[in-house]
Amino acid sequence: MTETLVDLSRLQFAVTAMYHFLFVPLTLGLSFLLVIMEAIYVMTDKPIYKDMVKFWGKLFGINFALGVTTGITMEFQFGTNWAYYSHYVGDIFGAPLAIEGMMAFFLESTFIGLFFFGWDRLTKMQHFSVTVLTAIGSNLSALWILIANGWMQDPVGSAFSYTTMRMELTDFWAVVFNPTAQAKFVHTVSAGYVTASVFVLGISAWYLLKGRDVEFAKRSFRVAAAFGFASALSVIVLGDESGYGVTESQKSKLAAMEGMWEAEPAPAGFNLLAWPNEEKQANEWEVKIPYALGLIATRSTSEELPGIKEIRETNKARIESGIHAVLGLERLRKNANDNEAKALFEAHQDDLGYGLLLKRYAPNVGEATPAQIAQAAHDTVPKVAPLFWSFRAMVALGFSFALLFTLSFWYSLKGTFADTRWLLRWAVLFIPLPWIANELGWFVAEYGRQPWSIFGVLPTHLSVSTLSIGNLYGSLAGFIGFYTLLLVVELYLMFKFARLGPSSLGTGKYHFERASA
Amino acid sequence: MFDYETLKLIWWLLVGILLLGFAIMDGHDMGVGTLLPFVGKNDNERRVVINTVGPHWDGNQVWFITGGGAIFAAWPLVYATAFSGFYWAMLAVLWALFFRPVGFDYRSKIQNATWRSTWDWGLFVGGAVPPLIFGVAFGNLLQGVPFHFDNNLMSHYTGSFWQLLNPFALLAGVVSSAMITFHGANYLMHRTQGAVFERSRRAAFWSGMVMVASFLLAGVFIGDLPGFVITSTVDPAALPDPLAKTVVIQTGAWLGNFRAMPALWLVPTLAVVAGLIGIALGTLRKPLAAFVASALAMAGIIGTAGVALFPFIMPSISDPRSSLTVWDSVSSHLTLSLMFWATLIFMPLIIIYTSWAYKVMSGKVTEQFITANDKAAY
Repeated sequence: MTETLVDLSRLQFAVTAMYHFLFVPLTLGLSFLLVIMEAIYVMTDKPIYKDMVKFWGKLFGINFALGVTTGITMEFQFGTNWAYYSHYVGDIFGAPLAIEGMMAFFLESTFIGLFFFGWDRLTKMQHFSVTVLTAIGSNLSALWILIANGWMQDPVGSAFSYTTMRMELTDFWAVVFNPTAQAKFVHTVSAGYVTASVFVLGISAWYLLKGRDVEFAKRSFRVAAAFGFASALSVIVLGDESGYGVTESQKSKLAAMEGMWEAEPAPAGFNLLAWPNEEKQANEWEVKIPYALGLIATRSTSEELPGIKEIRETNKARIESGIHAVLGLERLRKNANDNEAKALFEAHQDDLGYGLLLKRYAPNVGEATPAQIAQAAHDTVPKVAPLFWSFRAMVALGFSFALLFTLSFWYSLKGTFADTRWLLRWAVLFIPLPWIANELGWFVAEYGRQPWSIFGVLPTHLSVSTLSIGNLYGSLAGFIGFYTLLLVVELYLMFKFARLGPSSLGTGKYHFERASA
Repeated sequence: MFDYETLKLIWWLLVGILLLGFAIMDGHDMGVGTLLPFVGKNDNERRVVINTVGPHWDGNQVWFITGGGAIFAAWPLVYATAFSGFYWAMLAVLWALFFRPVGFDYRSKIQNATWRSTWDWGLFVGGAVPPLIFGVAFGNLLQGVPFHFDNNLMSHYTGSFWQLLNPFALLAGVVSSAMITFHGANYLMHRTQGAVFERSRRAAFWSGMVMVASFLLAGVFIGDLPGFVITSTVDPAALPDPLAKTVVIQTGAWLGNFRAMPALWLVPTLAVVAGLIGIALGTLRKPLAAFVASALAMAGIIGTAGVALFPFIMPSISDPRSSLTVWDSVSSHLTLSLMFWATLIFMPLIIIYTSWAYKVMSGKVTEQFITANDKAAY
């Protein structure tokens, strides 16, 4: 298991997941915006709302195609590149993926076909139901994927078996109702709704600035402003951080995100800005809001949050204990009837994962030096600066969306938004920002979990497939090349059809068709 | 509810059923993709071909995704070992599949001959490459794969990509490609008329013939292949540990199950008979019945491979005791049971709404339809 192999495998996973996550949030949110637009069509019977569903549906389809393309990889990459991970936790992790396929992805993918092609063959109510089922399918899909991901962050409902040499499921419902997973789900889908709202708002604002298809754009803007307003509030209130304080597993992530080197008396202050210095294990300077972090993370004023140094110290003890677990396990694997080894293993079983952390430095963990143990303990908190800054950038973007939607919603209630040109310009400029916030959020969640692939259970460096470096360079280059090419094509079509607007429907009613008529 | 041994057997059947579901559903649109550049001679004809599966290919592809998920959940060691071992083969499948979502959705959005023809060939690759590789993979499973487990059950694959392309595996690839093309051609006949129908009919005849002939030929060779036999006593209810058994390699052992239980000969017989009946029905211009026949033929072909291998799933040629079997590559009793109930609840629902979707979109796709829906159709 060389460092290069692990790094390349991680890079490939990060690249493919982050590409995939360019398309998913828009799908999650736009599907519900289509539901809202079609609901208005069903209630009012005004054809302009049908045109809205069809046009935004066209853009939805262009995005969805790449979501599916990049999603195919995700279902199989655990097997191709993370074979030991797949063996070690497949008993738990595989189930939500399989259920996602059966419960959600089938639903979404079957009905999306009827959404596009069923207009003339379905009654109005039938077609509306199809749109609703597509939206429910895509959001249920996110639920199961985030249950799987939540379990990586906080592995509940499972136990290690030394006979099968893997983690096994003990309580399925604990995995499903894992608070970490639920918090992630709500936060992620809300982020998707914000993404789609900014998308529709921004493009509609552009038509209004150009004075094209004004009625179409005004209605779209209104729907996006209202939906976006609700979503932007929920994305902040139900922020992912709320889940972090709840469990032990996320405290190292929280401490790193916050640049909190020392334990703070409760309730902890929130570092609005700071300059973390990894070597000194301290911040050069910081601007602190008293009490804020304690309130956000623990929802209490009395619970204390541990600092990075304290976490590393605790984990050093766990690693030392984990060495016994690994040694006991090795003896048990050779002779399952070795009762002494069994007793040793069982006494230290809870720290097995910590013992495995040492394998990165000492393949034979019994021979690990104090320096190696200290290094492994140091690793248990990821690098502070990348997390600290990504998290702050994401939060700042989140608040800027709330501001944008508060203004948009306010002006749309007043009815003067179409003439408020500065607001329309801002709406256009905002279009790319949700994607940046989404990727930052993904980075914080996944980088913040390092050095684990399954927190406290399985280190990332043990999770990979035993492939050659050459294989990894080849496949990584292939993925990057392929995805980038497809992304360019996607963006070309997206821009082309967004510029064309509802004229692309061929109804003869819109701007370019009238101009040429 | 069920004991561990029963669930292990149920999951062997369920994975088989998922694989068959994938072959029948995603198989027909892959067959359509394979035939696209050949049965559609101009843009309108090609759009007819594409729109026969336009509303359905995405739902059908979920059989593949769910199959992957189900193998992950039920046979985690197979998921880990097969996909990492067959690394480049698997990537070739994934990369070929990339062409489909974008090909279907993007192709007709731009009025440019080069653009459209590029995506047509992309759809061809997305339809033709995966079945070929799956066939080659099965051909390799039947010869054993070079891999072993270390004491921590980490798998090590010691072969190369190129050695997957040996004669028997390529023959299995031909069987697989031909059966998917045959099945897709029957479907195309059912949904088209005129020139496209006639070309599909010819394609169905020839691909059906190749399917039956190559399947029989593979049957002749299988007796000469190294088969695998477990020599230690197996406790089917035991906790899974692939290293706990001993295995020997014996030429012709893949016929052992058929010899022990002659009724199993019905499975390969089904493949041949249903195949021949399907060819006849296509020739007689009864495409829907031919489609059912080609589905049955695929059940026979996939079933034959499964029965020959049983209880093996992925035998190891380099370290036979590392071979993965129905008994020792499974997940825990609880997970198998849970996934069984999940499948029992969701599979019927999936079949019901998929059938409804096909019913809504039923009928021939015509060139008039394409002209009338120039902006909306694929």
